[in-house]
Amino acid sequence: MTTTPHLQTFTLEHLPPGYVMHVAVYENVRNAGFLQKQLLDGNEGFEYAFVDAGVVLSTTHLLAAIYRALRDFQSGRMKSRNVHSEVVFSLSSNNNISESFRRFGITPSTTNLIVVKISLPSKQVSRDEVLKHLTEVIEGESVDFCDEVLGGMVDEKRVRKVYKLGGGKSGIVQSKGEGEKRELEVLVLGGMALRGFGG
Amino acid sequence: MSVQAPPAAIPTPSHIEPPNPSHPASTSPLPLPPIFQHDPAPPQLITQGAEALLYRTTYLLPSIQCALKYRPSKPYRHPILGARLTKHRILSEARVLAKCRKEGVPVPAVYGLDEREGWLMIEWIAGEVLRIKLNEWLKQRKDEKVPEERENAPDGGRIHEGLHVLKGLMGRIGSAVGRMHGVGIVHGDLTTSNLMLRPRSNDTAEGGAGDGDGILDGEVILIDFGLASQSTADEDRAVDLYVLERAFGSTHPRAEGMFSELLAAYGKSFKGANIVLKKLEDVRMRGRKRSMLG
Ligand SMILES: Nc1ncnc2c1ncn2[C@@H]1O[C@H](COP(=O)(O)OP(=O)(O)OP(=O)(O)O)[C@@H](O)[C@H]1O
Ligand SMILES: [Mg+2]
Repeated sequence: MTTTPHLQTFTLEHLPPGYVMHVAVYENVRNAGFLQKQLLDGNEGFEYAFVDAGVVLSTTHLLAAIYRALRDFQSGRMKSRNVHSEVVFSLSSNNNISESFRRFGITPSTTNLIVVKISLPSKQVSRDEVLKHLTEVIEGESVDFCDEVLGGMVDEKRVRKVYKLGGGKSGIVQSKGEGEKRELEVLVLGGMALRGFGG
Repeated sequence: MSVQAPPAAIPTPSHIEPPNPSHPASTSPLPLPPIFQHDPAPPQLITQGAEALLYRTTYLLPSIQCALKYRPSKPYRHPILGARLTKHRILSEARVLAKCRKEGVPVPAVYGLDEREGWLMIEWIAGEVLRIKLNEWLKQRKDEKVPEERENAPDGGRIHEGLHVLKGLMGRIGSAVGRMHGVGIVHGDLTTSNLMLRPRSNDTAEGGAGDGDGILDGEVILIDFGLASQSTADEDRAVDLYVLERAFGSTHPRAEGMFSELLAAYGKSFKGANIVLKKLEDVRMRGRKRSMLG
């Protein structure tokens, strides 16, 4: 993992060499409508996963979605258009693709945004290219991709709702503080892993 | 089910890799789960059961430990039926774990799965299985020549302290099992190898102080839901308890006398637990009759 200002570059465990992800986070984004339109128009210059930071609990949560997307890409099991849309879909705990875009993807009202760019062995992208392009097109302030920042942007109520982890007898109601956060995170990871297979 | 079997001693199913005549079969590698094929170093094999291999590995980043349970295909099974069975088992275990965790039952979290490749990735639980912890504890008492509780001990206080610790543990197990039953899950294979003791996070390093009373400390975590199912039938629940009782009896006769502590805690753990305890008496009776006949 290398860090330079505002863009983190990762590799993940158990993937073949050549799979690299670049992740950036922006706050006070002012042109989310424009960015979303580029995706809807299929503008090839905008092959990114634009994720609404309000539904992402932690770095692990996002990395889990990227990992899932890359595995499905590798094994020819993707359900959406490309590996970037697949990252957004991989956040979902059900098989409804368009719903997953609405829930986890950028919308015109998004203000806190996570951007993922995946460099594939067949389609390599350097971090400099990514950084340069994002600096040009995103109107917002770049911040660190870390748990502290994401923790300040997430709406846990919304997360509970989209992953159907509302109150009830749920274990997360009983634990408190950091433990509660971790508990919510692992339940979300389980929901993602069991996507389409019911909880 | 062998524990810590060295990989070299395990023969490879012939369909995975044809036996290499220049190597004796015993040195051929295990069927490595495909997920590991790009890793620079082979993962650490923890156990090999009849149906599953358990590896210790990492999830997403080198800093996140996890366990990977792999069910390789069996050469003697019909390939399509075998694949279907594997898929069913992986998904069934994952669903039960996810449900338990959601409901506050202490089990490992689910991180990922691939029902086609036949693996399930779950949270790594630090510590040891109960069987090992109990053996360690009993051995230590033996080494210290702690007599059976009813005998007149020269150091009664210490013995009582020891039994107190065991009682506490039995209570924690009873609560954990009751909690699981209370959310509608039966385990199907409750043995002392399928219960783990996880040191509490703020504990001083294991084995550091050496006064040993910490051996039985820690949080009880239920593992291995490969045979679990959704059931609220008292009979199924009672069988779970019976299997556990027999497991204690066969591996730890000295701890068996403490089983009543477990049942007492179980009885308080959910509404209806007392009916299960009644049912347990029937199940025991049947078990006795069967052993008299056979
Ligand atoms: N999450 C975990 N963290 C650490 N160790 C684990 C974990 N799960 C299992 N183990 C270890 O691996 C052993 C085998 O795992 P498990 O009991 O799930 O498989 P099994 O008995 O071979 O499977 P099955 O009976 O379903 O075929 C356990 O006894 C324990 O020592
Ligand atoms: Mg087991």
